Amino acid sequence: MAMDGVPDVAYTPEAARLAVVAERQERIRRTLQGGLAQDRRRRIRESVITGGLFLAAAISVLTTAGIIYTLGIETFHFFQRVSIVDFLTDTQWTPLFTEKHFGIAPLAVATLLVSSIAMLVSLPLGLLAAIGLAEYLPLRLARVIKPILEILAGVPTVVYGYFALLFVTPLLQRFIPNLQVFNVLSAGLVMGIMILPLVASLSQDAMLAVPQSLREAAYALGATKLEVVWRVVVPASLSGIVASFILAVSRAVGETMIVVIAMGNTPRLSFNPLEQMQAMTAYIVQISLGDTPHGTLEYQTIFAVGTTLFLITMVLNLLSFRLLRRFREIYQ
Amino acid sequence: MTAPTTERRHIVVPPGSVALRLENLSVWYGAHQAVRDISMVIPERSITAIIGPSGCGKSTLLRALNRLHDTTPGARVAGHVWRNGIDLYAPTTDPVWVRRHIGMIFQRPNPFPKSIFDNVAFGLRVNGYRGNVAEQVEQALRAAALWDEVKDKLHANALALSGGQQQRLCIARALAVKPEILLMDEPCSALDPVATMRIEDLMRELAKSYTIVIVTHNMQQASRVSDYTAFMLAGEDRIGELIEYAPTREIFIRPRDRRTEDYITGRIG
Repeated sequence: MAMDGVPDVAYTPEAARLAVVAERQERIRRTLQGGLAQDRRRRIRESVITGGLFLAAAISVLTTAGIIYTLGIETFHFFQRVSIVDFLTDTQWTPLFTEKHFGIAPLAVATLLVSSIAMLVSLPLGLLAAIGLAEYLPLRLARVIKPILEILAGVPTVVYGYFALLFVTPLLQRFIPNLQVFNVLSAGLVMGIMILPLVASLSQDAMLAVPQSLREAAYALGATKLEVVWRVVVPASLSGIVASFILAVSRAVGETMIVVIAMGNTPRLSFNPLEQMQAMTAYIVQISLGDTPHGTLEYQTIFAVGTTLFLITMVLNLLSFRLLRRFREIYQ
Repeated sequence: MTAPTTERRHIVVPPGSVALRLENLSVWYGAHQAVRDISMVIPERSITAIIGPSGCGKSTLLRALNRLHDTTPGARVAGHVWRNGIDLYAPTTDPVWVRRHIGMIFQRPNPFPKSIFDNVAFGLRVNGYRGNVAEQVEQALRAAALWDEVKDKLHANALALSGGQQQRLCIARALAVKPEILLMDEPCSALDPVATMRIEDLMRELAKSYTIVIVTHNMQQASRVSDYTAFMLAGEDRIGELIEYAPTREIFIRPRDRRTEDYITGRIG
């Protein structure tokens, strides 16, 4: 096309089209390049974050592995010197005496006895407290009561220990004259009070998560409040309730301060909660506080006891997984 | 039943065939009034639809009919609902007894996370039914047109059913306690068209022996299934009122109130 008589070679329709195409391609190329640079920066940032997260996860995994390794190796040494049959069947635990016996039974029975008493207190009370908080109390009142209950969980366990020894035991001695100063009963009762908020709080959360529509469905069928709670809300939140129970049991089995202070330090096989006994954790404390030299058989006993404790909690956790899968009611 | 004549808010029906008589019914949520002064008569063995735009208080009104508001903290009901000479809101009337006789189907299917069988048997068990539970469950499932689909998996979890099946299960669950009245709160709003049609067919079948009150935002549904239609609307103050109540044909063919006409022709809502 000619303008002002000057022939404009470049300005043919075909050239114009080519120019437009070239410009578009250049634009795409630049955008892509910019995008790629941005992409690279983003990829680096992502991998730094991923790496950091992996490191954090790795630390906890490695710590666990380290603990298991230490427990395992010392336990292995222990069982090279003491037969596992004796460990499981002997009824005496006297590693510090001249006549040594290595039967775990007295310690294990003491731990299970005190935990059972604690669970007998905390399960019914905790479940009832959760039902009251979630279903019966007006929301405003529940909001006041729940934090108060949770303060119980914040009390240091050493305080609970002295509470058991100096308050609960003298109180119980008025009714049970032959109750010893150190005894399983008051330690168990106080431990139950200690884990009560754990059970109540977690169970309440599980119940609050049950959709309101399920409650309304039950009401509309002529169910009473009690029936709604026991036949709909509790079954639907059972997985959470069982989980809170198991967590509470693990807490009780591993609890140390209360049993050290209020339950005594004499390992003897008995099923009478009015007498003193030594729990597994209390034995570990006793040895680690003493001057037992590293590498001796006495030193290795605490690892054997620790491994036993570890296995008990692990079995409890596995049990809870199975229970959950069996009884779970999934809702939408 | 003889052909009813209409007033603005009352349908004149022969005595003895009244299922519910609402008298100056008002509902509050806390300080806010949601529904004002509703008076109407719901005839027996028929389908009454309550229509109106969102927020006009239709579900609130429905939930007042089986005293479900008693379970909601902060909700308050004034007025009367009469059934066979008994005021459902009299201090001596037990709300559990009311709900035992007036069943309810909800907007979203809400089966219990239990087996199909236990869902239907739930109402029987809480009402202390002594007899053949399995037989009653089968009867209820047949009445809800679900039996053939679930008879081989009665002990499977109810949540494995499809949405439409779940809603029919909820209907079976409500029917199992042998209520006289069924309240349905937008029972098809979460369902696809095929499932909706099945529920509508079922409603027509059930209307032969039950009184059904259905809340729906779907005018086609109201015109398809109901015998009577009530139109509700919330005014400037956001308080729902009953605008017009008449046999469904009249509401849709010759509405008397300008606002009803605007709504059914799609000018408002």
